[in-house]
Amino acid sequence: MDNATVLERLRGALPTAVENSSESRGELSIFVRRDAIVDVTRFLRDDPTLSYNFLENLCGVDYLGRTPRFEVVYHLLSHKNRHRICLKVGANEGEAVPTLTGLWATANWQEREAYDLMGIPFAGHPGLQRILLPDDWEGHPLRKDVPLGGEEVAFTFNEDQIYAHKPFAKE
Amino acid sequence: MGLEEKAGDMGIVTTSLETVVNWGRTNAMWPLLFGLACCAIEMMGSQAANYDLSRFGMEINRASPRQADLIIVAGRVSRKMAPVVRRLYDQMSDPKWVIAMGDCASCAGVFNNYAIVQGVDEVVPVDVYVAGCPPRPEALIYGIMQLHEKVKRMRINGELRPLEKREKIYA
Repeated sequence: MDNATVLERLRGALPTAVENSSESRGELSIFVRRDAIVDVTRFLRDDPTLSYNFLENLCGVDYLGRTPRFEVVYHLLSHKNRHRICLKVGANEGEAVPTLTGLWATANWQEREAYDLMGIPFAGHPGLQRILLPDDWEGHPLRKDVPLGGEEVAFTFNEDQIYAHKPFAKE
Repeated sequence: MGLEEKAGDMGIVTTSLETVVNWGRTNAMWPLLFGLACCAIEMMGSQAANYDLSRFGMEINRASPRQADLIIVAGRVSRKMAPVVRRLYDQMSDPKWVIAMGDCASCAGVFNNYAIVQGVDEVVPVDVYVAGCPPRPEALIYGIMQLHEKVKRMRINGELRPLEKREKIYA
């Protein structure tokens, strides 16, 4: 199985779904229209010659200052063909990406992680709650516009200043 | 051959109640079975045969905080774990002591970010800080010895006797 065949078959089956594609170091990346991602992944999974049966990875990326700002990246693996492809979907702030939980159960937690850390909503997800951070957390810390946090490093010249504000625990 | 032969005719020993109580507390200070990260491996190492913490009456890690005197915070404390640490500390019966083992527990170490509590002293009051990433078992044992020195200075009403002029803080 080579990249050109995959792209050709996908374009043949779903002509309007593919926006763009690129190839880097032998890996094919396909930019897919957001509302078509479920159809595309279902076709790639169920087509007997392609059979991308394994959703290896699902993650969010924040390209601050670009439109669309967020990207959801899917890596699919075909055990039969020993071939891997990458799908990408763009989304702006607040725009929901269709969920893949109906196709792969593993998408459930990975989408929750992307929602938790990036704030990308997934439409149709059965339980879109935070998965890593505490439930009462405010904001989505892996976004590029979130300050790195922590505190200033204490040296001898500024430790008094820092420790004056540090919330030390009482008995 | 027993101790009475070595001790000769010494039938009665006089000492202060404080000394006896503190002797008991230092020589059977049971730590809580509690490890958070890689420092816990060194903590286990210091309890195993090579370093053998049972020399100091600490071979039993109590799995219940109600039976523990000492909590060794071995590793980085995430914001999600912080309430758990505090709860364990609250469940321990008085008198109780805390050792912040390693750089992460002392001051968050390299993790100056949103996810890690910047020093466990924001959550529980710490008696001894042990530096190192992770500290070697010798360092942890030295920290425990320092804590023992502190406990020996405790008065019967719970106050801490100030160091006398020539007294060394040395195990």
